[in-house]
Amino acid sequence: MSVADLAFYCFAVPAVFAALMVVTQRNMVHAVLWLILVFLSSAGMFVLLGAEFVAMLLIIVYVGAVAVLFLFVVMMLDVDFEALKSEMARYMPVAALIGIVILLQLSMGIGAWVTAEGAPALRQAPTPDPNQIENSRALGLLIYDKYLYLFQTAGLILLVAMVGAILLTLRERRDVKRQNVLAQMWRDPAEAMELKDVKPGQGL
Amino acid sequence: MVGLEHYLTVSAALLVIGIFGIFLNRKNVIVILMSIELMLLAVNINLVAFSSFLGDLTGQVFTLFVLTVAAAEAAIGLAILVTFFRNRGTIDVEDVNVMKG
Repeated sequence: MSVADLAFYCFAVPAVFAALMVVTQRNMVHAVLWLILVFLSSAGMFVLLGAEFVAMLLIIVYVGAVAVLFLFVVMMLDVDFEALKSEMARYMPVAALIGIVILLQLSMGIGAWVTAEGAPALRQAPTPDPNQIENSRALGLLIYDKYLYLFQTAGLILLVAMVGAILLTLRERRDVKRQNVLAQMWRDPAEAMELKDVKPGQGL
Repeated sequence: MVGLEHYLTVSAALLVIGIFGIFLNRKNVIVILMSIELMLLAVNINLVAFSSFLGDLTGQVFTLFVLTVAAAEAAIGLAILVTFFRNRGTIDVEDVNVMKG
């Protein structure tokens, strides 16, 4: 067994084990931390496959953004997770059955799978020699040239998601006084203030 | 020698665990969202493995787009979750009947 094979198993086994822990964990914070381990192990597998840019992106986007977002939501919401988890045993048989059936189907598919004769000829963008053009540079040449419109659409999706998330969570609180800038700017001293000449010994 | 089948097996395992998690945690939306993330990660592993073993860079480009959509989906899903929790005080998805659907 070579070093690369050993490295593959060092990443694959924790990935699958941590994924199992994510779905069975009772403590939600621990589940998110296991999810981070899944992402890190997958990033390691991507490095082994020679996809360094995607691996680093996985760490930055998934671990740095998505997992932290999950962690924030889990910690901010005061949810009684024990009550939600109590019925887990009831769903276990049907969930295990569905999982085993799909796993068998997938393993049959992988077992009987062969590469077609003309598959290498159908490649859209053959990978250049990594010694001359490294992975991130080759990917950049492809994204900014052939897939420019798709790339822009991806940016648009992120923009829409950002606007949507802000709009959904923004709330107008009625019980809190807020500063009204326009009312302050349009305030007219002549209308806001009135001078009264009060006679001594008399009220208004 | 680790070949394409090994990566496909890991990816299949992750996908099945994601589906398993959705059925196991029917009430907890946060775990359902995390299971969806696991399934999208399985897709990513598939794409990158094929891209690497066939020598076609397009698979990695598509991984980028799957990653983008997954991040957007997580953000929107968690925003809906926060709004739902604020209105109902629970995240039990079996209680979701506001729209009488």
